[in-house]
Amino acid sequence: MTDKLAKKDTPAKDTTVPMVKAEGVHKSFGQVEVLKGIDLEVKQGEVFCLIGPSGSGKSTFLRCINHLEKINAGRLYVDGELVGYRQKGDKLYELKDTEVALKRRDIGMVFQRFNLFPHMTALENIIEAPVQVKGQNKAQAKERAMQLLERVGLADKAANYPSQLSGGQQQRVAIARALAMEPKLMLFDEPTSALDPELVGDVLDVMRDLAQSGMTMVVVTHEMGFAREVGDSLVFMDGGVVVESGNPRDVLTDPQHERTKAFLSKVL
Amino acid sequence: MTVDTDKTTGPAGTPPAGPEAIKAIPVRHYGRYVSAVIALALLGGVVYAFSQGKIEWDAIPNYFFDDRILDGVGKTLLLTVLAMAIGIVGGILLAVMRLSKNPVTSSIAWFYIWFFRGTPVLVQLIVWFNLGLVFEYINLGPFYKDEWSDFMTPFLTALLGLGLNEAAYMAEICRAGLLSVDEGQTEASHALGMSHAKTLRRIVIPQAMRVIVPPTGNEVINMLKTTSLVSVVQYPELLRAAQDIGQTSGAPAEMLFLAAAWYLLLTSVFSVGQYYLERYYAKGSTRQLPPTPLQKIKANLLSLGRPNGGTA
Repeated sequence: MTDKLAKKDTPAKDTTVPMVKAEGVHKSFGQVEVLKGIDLEVKQGEVFCLIGPSGSGKSTFLRCINHLEKINAGRLYVDGELVGYRQKGDKLYELKDTEVALKRRDIGMVFQRFNLFPHMTALENIIEAPVQVKGQNKAQAKERAMQLLERVGLADKAANYPSQLSGGQQQRVAIARALAMEPKLMLFDEPTSALDPELVGDVLDVMRDLAQSGMTMVVVTHEMGFAREVGDSLVFMDGGVVVESGNPRDVLTDPQHERTKAFLSKVL
Repeated sequence: MTVDTDKTTGPAGTPPAGPEAIKAIPVRHYGRYVSAVIALALLGGVVYAFSQGKIEWDAIPNYFFDDRILDGVGKTLLLTVLAMAIGIVGGILLAVMRLSKNPVTSSIAWFYIWFFRGTPVLVQLIVWFNLGLVFEYINLGPFYKDEWSDFMTPFLTALLGLGLNEAAYMAEICRAGLLSVDEGQTEASHALGMSHAKTLRRIVIPQAMRVIVPPTGNEVINMLKTTSLVSVVQYPELLRAAQDIGQTSGAPAEMLFLAAAWYLLLTSVFSVGQYYLERYYAKGSTRQLPPTPLQKIKANLLSLGRPNGGTA
C-alpha cells in the first residue's frame, strides 16, 4: 500500500458521453428518503470515489447504477442510456427483466461481502456468467478465467471453494468474476470493509492495477489512501446529498465544508 | 485419549525436554458401568420374552421372499417413488407460487397447503376413493372419458392421496430452502446479467438443496411407512400382502413382524442413500466433507475404548 504508483498518464479517455450521469436522483425505502437528489458525472476511464459516513446513501446510489435498486425520481444514465427505463416521447417505459439483465452484463459489481457462489470453485465462479449468459464455450472461458486468476494473483487457487479461501482471496476472485464479463464499468461497494487489515492491501493492489488499465470504476470506499492515490474524482456524500466533490487530493487535504472536515478528521 | 499437555513431544511420549507431561489417573465413571448393565438386562429380558412367546419364528424366513411379499415390496417401493415424485414436483411448484409476487397464485398455494396439511392423510385417501359420489364421470374432452369408479383404481387413489398430501409438506420444505439462501447470492447473480430463471436454477436451488435434502430424506422414509395406510383402499402393497398371507397361513402376528422387518430394511437402505446425497450437496459449504458411514463406524469403534468417551 505504501508504494506510490505513478498516476496513469491518460486519466480520462475524454469521450463526450459520460459513463455515468445522475440528474436529481431520489430514492426512498418506504418513508425513509435515502437519496435526496444526486447530481454527478463519471467520465469514461475515470476512477470515481464515493466517500461518506454509513447511511449517507453512497452504497444505495451505487446499487441504483446497475438497477439493483429502482430510483424514485430523477434520471440516471449509463453510457448515455437511461437505467431501467426506455423513454419514448415524454413517457417512460419500464424495461423488461431480460432487458435489464442485458444491460447489467456490461457493468461489473464487487460486493462488500464478496457474494461468491459457495457451491462452485473459484474457476467455476468466474466462468459461470460468461458460459451461462454470454454462451461462451467452456474451454475458452476457462482459459480466460485462468488468465484473470493469474492477474489477481490466485492462479493456484482455481480449484478451491470460496470457504477454503481467505477474505482477501475471495474478494480478488470476485473481482476476477466481474471482469470475466468484460464490463465497461466496474462498481465497487466497500470492497475492503469486510477484510482483515492485513488483507486489504492485496485487494487494493488489484484495483490499482485495474485502474491503470483504464477501466472506469465507481468505488464506494473508506480507504482514503486509495482514493488519494488512484482516484480521479471524489465525492463526499452525507444524508443523501453530495456535500462536496472534486479532485481527491484537494478534497482530502483541504475540505471546504464543515461536514467534510468533521468526517475526514475522524477517518484520516 | 491423552492428557498430555506437552506440545513438543506428541502423545507417543519420548521423555519431554521441556515441561513435564502430566500423568494423572483418569476419573472412573462408575455410573456408566451401572447404566450399561441395567440397559443390557432390560434388553435381554425383552429378547427372552419374545423367544418364549407363542410366535413361530420359522414362519418369517419361510415367507420372507414369498412371491406375494416381494410383489408387495415392489408395489410399496413403486408407490413411494411415484408419490414422492408428485410431492417434490408439486412442492417446488407450490413453493415458487407461494413466494411469487402474484397475490392470486400465492393465496392459492397457501390455501392448498392449509387444506392438505390440516386434514389426516388417511381421511384424504378415503375421500379420494369415494369421490365417485361427487363425480360420476371423468371427462377430459376428446382424450379420456370414463366412469369415476373405473378411472379411480386403488393404485391411482393411493398415488394421488399420498402424492398430493406430500406436496403440501414438500412445499414448506422447499420454501424454507429457497429462503435460506443469502440474498447477496441473487444480487451477485443478477449483477452478472443472469436472468431470474438462471439465477434460480444455477445459483439458488443448488444451495437451497443443502437445506432441502435432509428433511426430504425424512419425508421419503415417512412416505415409505405411510404407504401402509393405503391398505384401506384395497391396494395390495407390503402390509396388505403380509396380512393376506397371515390370514391364510395361520400366522398373522408373524407376518406383521415380517412386514416390519421389510420396512426396517427399506428405510435403512434409504437412509444410506440420503447420507450420500447430503454429502454431495455439502460441497463447498464445509472445508472438509463429512466422513462416510464406514469412516464413522471406524471412528466410533475406536472411541469406545477411550475412558473419557471420545467426542468423535
